[in-house]
Amino acid sequence: MNPLLEIENLRVTFPTPRGDLEVVRGLSFTLGRERLGIVGESGSGKSMTGRSILKLVRAPGRVTADRLTFDGIDLLTRSERQMRAIRGARISMVMQDPKFSLNPVMTIGEQIAEALLTHQRLPRREVNNRVFTMLESVRIADPERVAKLYPHEVSGGMGQRVMIAMMLIPEPDLLIADEPTSALDVSVQAQVLDIIDELVKRKGKGMGLIFISHDLNLVSSYCDRILVMNTGEVVEECKAGELMNATHPYTRGLIASIPRLDETRNELPVLDRSAWATK
Amino acid sequence: MTALSLKNLDISYGDVQITHDVNLEIADGESFALVGESGSGKSTVLKAIAGLAPEWTGEINVFGKPRSHGIERAFSRQCQMVFQDPYGSLHPRKTVDATLGEALTIHGIGDRSARIEEVMASVGLDRKFRFRFPHQLSGGQRQRVAIARALMLKPKVLLLDEPTSALDVSVQAEILNLLKRLRQEQNLTFLMVTHNLPVVSFLCDRLAVMRQGRIVEVADVADLKRGDLKDPYSRELMHISAAHAN
Amino acid sequence: MTTLRDWLIDDSPASPMQARLGRFYRIFGALMHNPLAVVGAIIILVLVLTALFAPWIATHDPLRQALGERLLPPSAAHWMGTDELGRDIWSRVVYGARITLAIVTLVAVLAAPAGLVIGVAAGYFGGWVDRILMGITDIFLSLPKLILALAFVAALGPGIENAIIAIAITSWPGYARVARAETLTFKNSEFISAVRLLGASSLRVNLGHVLPLCTSSMIVRVTLDMAGIILTAAGLGFIGLGAQPPLPEWGAMISRGRSFILDQWWVATMPGFAIILVSLGFCFLGDGLRDVLDPKSGEQR
Ligand SMILES: Nc1ncnc2c1ncn2[C@@H]1O[C@H](COP(=O)(O)OP(=O)(O)OP(=O)(O)O)[C@@H](O)[C@H]1O
Ligand SMILES: Nc1ncnc2c1ncn2[C@@H]1O[C@H](COP(=O)(O)OP(=O)(O)OP(=O)(O)O)[C@@H](O)[C@H]1O
Ligand SMILES: [Mg+2]
Ligand SMILES: [Mg+2]
Repeated sequence: MNPLLEIENLRVTFPTPRGDLEVVRGLSFTLGRERLGIVGESGSGKSMTGRSILKLVRAPGRVTADRLTFDGIDLLTRSERQMRAIRGARISMVMQDPKFSLNPVMTIGEQIAEALLTHQRLPRREVNNRVFTMLESVRIADPERVAKLYPHEVSGGMGQRVMIAMMLIPEPDLLIADEPTSALDVSVQAQVLDIIDELVKRKGKGMGLIFISHDLNLVSSYCDRILVMNTGEVVEECKAGELMNATHPYTRGLIASIPRLDETRNELPVLDRSAWATK
Repeated sequence: MTALSLKNLDISYGDVQITHDVNLEIADGESFALVGESGSGKSTVLKAIAGLAPEWTGEINVFGKPRSHGIERAFSRQCQMVFQDPYGSLHPRKTVDATLGEALTIHGIGDRSARIEEVMASVGLDRKFRFRFPHQLSGGQRQRVAIARALMLKPKVLLLDEPTSALDVSVQAEILNLLKRLRQEQNLTFLMVTHNLPVVSFLCDRLAVMRQGRIVEVADVADLKRGDLKDPYSRELMHISAAHAN
Repeated sequence: MTTLRDWLIDDSPASPMQARLGRFYRIFGALMHNPLAVVGAIIILVLVLTALFAPWIATHDPLRQALGERLLPPSAAHWMGTDELGRDIWSRVVYGARITLAIVTLVAVLAAPAGLVIGVAAGYFGGWVDRILMGITDIFLSLPKLILALAFVAALGPGIENAIIAIAITSWPGYARVARAETLTFKNSEFISAVRLLGASSLRVNLGHVLPLCTSSMIVRVTLDMAGIILTAAGLGFIGLGAQPPLPEWGAMISRGRSFILDQWWVATMPGFAIILVSLGFCFLGDGLRDVLDPKSGEQR
């Protein structure tokens, strides 16, 4: 069977006053209906990778690749209009910053309703009920109240859960989740990840998941496979359970800097970039 | 001496009451963590102390003085807040210099250049960043600027709302080390909201667990390290965190 | 030259001045990558230069009548021909640039700041301030611009000054809306909360922190509106309520050339062409500015 997503030699370039800057440099991977985690430090190109799959990299950024196919569709040759159809229905992305992705002058309820109505026809009464069930499904306790709030009036974690709920409406084949749970407590986080998990494992046609995160512990316990990125390149790829045995000094550096529940160190080690930098 | 004391604090937004009967005593120089369910009102407590959520009843005392519902200048010099999102907490059209200098202008403090350079040095920002715009800084550097801004007025209390949750683990380590050092050097009191129990274990002395607007448990960090929390909900949080780590 | 450029794009500016100039340089550079924006900018530049150096560019006195030379077609002596009073159309179009430029500048100077302040106040304070200010704005917005301008000119009396006032009065509501929308998106940001926590007064927060964020969308909006303003001014001139004869205002010129449109096409066409060109110039430039100043992507610069 064909993999869901195939990427070969993906590059994202930004022109700057000092010449071109390559922020993703020759990335290749394939994804089935499984959970792929991408970790790496800030600025390593994780979000750009996610955005370039949806062709959402803003000008003047340029995306090139030898191959970028999703379920047999060559995304490189799709027009903006065809991409919009794919984005809406088959690939969803939870953006890193919910505050910027939500419309600040529309209530949460209105925004979810709008997302619902672009995917299916529903009678008015039904819409409200669906909005409430969706909010409940991401563990928001009092949906009637929250639906009436504006984005700046919900807590950071609620904003993230609203985004996830909206992105799951079309039941996509591929979900790109960029730091979707960084503002959630571990208990709600586990419940929300379970919802995503159900879709990945659903019978008939499971969903592919690209899970971008800083939280190495979480990724290693939740995903199937992990890519470790640094300055636009994959430095290490491993099975999720084996992340803690990673060998690359960069990955080891990241792992060492995570505080532990029974922390006794007085100072956390930070990445020593000179140790592994090749340039 | 108590730096911060909250008594029977009920905070509302309009008709909706968010927190119920919150009581906390935080000693001078202590580092106190507030953890708990998303949406339980942790940020709201910080905002009420800071004056950004003015509808509350009960008592808030800062160094023994009752806190009013607004923001006064005298209070600004005692207590400052660092926000969660380093991308949203800096004005996109202002340079680091302008962002840091604003506090001095508002309070009519002179010696601007020296003060700015001093604070930048204390948070580990090189001088070359002084006239950059936020978009020319990385997430970690932005968070340093946000911390520097909070330190401009030499406050005694820092309210930290998830200061590292948007940062990668290596930058998080840098910021945590920085906060720890600053606290020792300047004898600061921290009240920090976070979801990350290991961070609590690294940086804090005590913690309170919140759920649905109420504090369900106050414990020593030593108890957390030993896995000795009492309340079922706190235990749940602790167990999930422990499960991730291996 | 390269050293100046290096100084401008320096990643670590040494003074606020250098930081600000560097930002402008980057915006300018991005603008110059957009061909249409460049075309627009050149058109506007030509308009400004023409207005400044009108006496040297014009070949004749725009007001001097020569009844012996009525309605001559374009020729070497009269590049755009002459009108029904024998005046040189080229010279009149050139001097007309001054009037057009004066109209757009004055309207921008009067209407944009008024709209900005009203919109920011409404957005920031909300509540009844917002309801009252936006109520007034909506009343203005619900009436067609030209009709409203007509009503004001009719009340104030015809003439170029009154036309400018009328156009300014009819354009601020649009700016107020834009400024209010922008303010609403920014007023709850954490960076605004942070300045409030430093003890800043509302006035300081608004003038120093909210307002600068509205200016880029304002500049875009004003530039895009310029075309409409020029057309409204021309429209008022056309129906005789704007610039009065013998002022060489383009709309008034078209109006007078209307009677000869079939036999002496150039009389009405030449000023019409100028209007279209300048309007297009502003539209192109406005579109280009929108791309580079877009507040969302603007963060990158
Ligand atoms: N418009 C732009 N112009 C120039 N460089 C850009 C632009 N947008 C992003 N970049 C650069 O691209 C690189 C990769 O960014 P990306 O957002 O993918 O990082 P990330 O791995 O998601 O980091 P984080 O964990 O902080 O979200 C960064 O170094 C960033 O500075
Ligand atoms: N301006 C506001 N108007 C109305 N309700 C609000 C406002 N701000 C917050 N709330 C509500 O208050 C409750 C608590 O929010 P708060 O931001 O304090 O949660 P939190 O504990 O910080 O959660 P998180 O961990 O997700 O950030 C939420 O239900 C939220 O919807
Ligand atoms: Mg990212
Ligand atoms: Mg919060």
